[in-house]
Amino acid sequence: MAEIKNYTMNFGPQHPAAHGVLRLVLELDGEVIERIDPHIGLLHRGTEKLAEHKTYLQSVPYMDRLDYVSMMCNEHAYVMAIEKLLGVDVPIRAQYIRVMFDEVTRILNHLLWLGAHALDVGAMTVFLYCFREREDLMDCYEAVSGARLHSAYYRPGGVYRDLPDFMPKYEASKFRNQKEINRLNENRQGSLLDFIEDFTTKFPTKVDEYETLLTDNRIWKQRTVGIGVVSPERAAALGFTGPMIRGSGVAWDLRKKQPYDAYDLVDFDVPIGTNGDCYDRYLVRIEEMRQSNRIVRQCIDWLRGNPGPVITGNTKVAPPSREDMKVNMEDLIHHFKLFTEGMHVPPGETYCAVEAPKGEFGIYLVSDGANKPYRLKIRAPGFAHLSAIDEMTRGHMIADLVAIIGTQDVVFGEIDR
Amino acid sequence: MNQVNTNLVESLKSSLKVTDEAICSGRDEVTLVTSAGELSSIMLALRDSPALNFNQLIDVCGVDYADYPSNNQTPYRFAVIYHLLSTNLNHRLRIRVYCEDDEQPAVPSVVDIWPSANWFERETFDLYGIVFDEHPDLRRLLTDYGFVGHPLRKDFPVSGHVEMRYDPVEKRVVYQPVTIEPREIVPRVIREDSYGDV
Repeated sequence: MAEIKNYTMNFGPQHPAAHGVLRLVLELDGEVIERIDPHIGLLHRGTEKLAEHKTYLQSVPYMDRLDYVSMMCNEHAYVMAIEKLLGVDVPIRAQYIRVMFDEVTRILNHLLWLGAHALDVGAMTVFLYCFREREDLMDCYEAVSGARLHSAYYRPGGVYRDLPDFMPKYEASKFRNQKEINRLNENRQGSLLDFIEDFTTKFPTKVDEYETLLTDNRIWKQRTVGIGVVSPERAAALGFTGPMIRGSGVAWDLRKKQPYDAYDLVDFDVPIGTNGDCYDRYLVRIEEMRQSNRIVRQCIDWLRGNPGPVITGNTKVAPPSREDMKVNMEDLIHHFKLFTEGMHVPPGETYCAVEAPKGEFGIYLVSDGANKPYRLKIRAPGFAHLSAIDEMTRGHMIADLVAIIGTQDVVFGEIDR
Repeated sequence: MNQVNTNLVESLKSSLKVTDEAICSGRDEVTLVTSAGELSSIMLALRDSPALNFNQLIDVCGVDYADYPSNNQTPYRFAVIYHLLSTNLNHRLRIRVYCEDDEQPAVPSVVDIWPSANWFERETFDLYGIVFDEHPDLRRLLTDYGFVGHPLRKDFPVSGHVEMRYDPVEKRVVYQPVTIEPREIVPRVIREDSYGDV
């Protein structure tokens, strides 16, 4: 009999299932994985170093580019850290807007995760369905901030502006006739809140649609059940957070346990898994989408009835209104100083974490009292998850590796920073 | 200080026998300052003592205090910051360890206590050059293969030292010293306390 030796194989960085630029050096025994050595850093842009050379406000758009599928959640952690050091209060309406957009972001993220995960495992249709719904949510992003992805909408002390009273509409072109345009604009007649509400009424049936494709699908279950099993104790020790630790049966959710902004004012449930395999993490994320939908609905109801300011009135932190600037010298000076020199954050250090769709996204901020951070450390959930890939895949086949990369929901913007 | 943190400080004092000076708290956060020599035993106690029960190491990062303002001077240049979380008792703790040698900063590794420390420590080594003694696999993590220097140190310029370009003569990518001029658009300023009467 021929002697079979272990061999090493390179996976990525250019591989459709690598979700970006992941390079894995696999040590294989036949098709069974013995060891994985991930090489990361191919998307390292030095965000933390750059932030030390930018004013606090200039770094907000960098946060979008970390986990580039859950943009607003990253901004949220960053502005919360600044607010905590400054000691400014955020108006309640801004808190609700942030909670609503955090949950919109969670749905956006989970839709991309679901589509990409299913595509990796071999189900093409889900990807197309998920992107159909993502389109509507990105329109919400665009309506509120002007950008579909990198919104830079959250600001220290609140949000950039109030929700718009109208939705942008499609216009007739040589590719679309008036009848088609009318159909597309049907749910865009009212305000942004009307548009999101229309989305939330339709969305649960869409989630049912995805589930009919996957949840009881024999192939899907063969590929995910019993793959990448992590015990609750091991999940904690490996630094797992978010759906990764909930899939293992630990009811840990920062939105419930250490509520920030208006999360203690909304009602939702935290789904947890039992077996800690890829299938349970799939079920957890599906249920999270339904719960996010529920939170968004509650926020819409509250926002409808409670107008008010959306950013703090402290002009050392937030710009004064345009009208005040034109008539008041003091406000003009504040505006000028804020955008040339930036805000000064009192010396100190803080760690602020939010429940991002992927897990605990934290910002450790050290200030020396200047207009720029002294040190900004980004704690990315995907970083801890990916570091455990060796342990999760040991003894599995190469095909299961793809399912495990999918279930970890890795995005290299945040892992490489 | 909220109730959770008051209890945490009490448990720290009773289980770890730490002095009052070692604990500082503010903004609803508790920080414990310890030394590199005691780190391993303290970390083990933090994980295993039932009143503390820190089952998760959330983050490890380095800080370079070289440019820190002179009125807040720290005793040493480098520090390693650990963020711990207990999912059972729902409390957080920050541990600060100063590296007592500015030239060759080193602290003991905590990989055998929390496996999640592995990559966090590799990253800190990569970006700050802090050595974690007895780390099983202390290689660079985020920077390029063959990278020289530790980019998050304060004496490392933001534009770096080398840049990469394709050389049409040699028909390969070559490294060369950076050609861009470093520039600062908004200068870093620290204002006195009463500036703009806040």
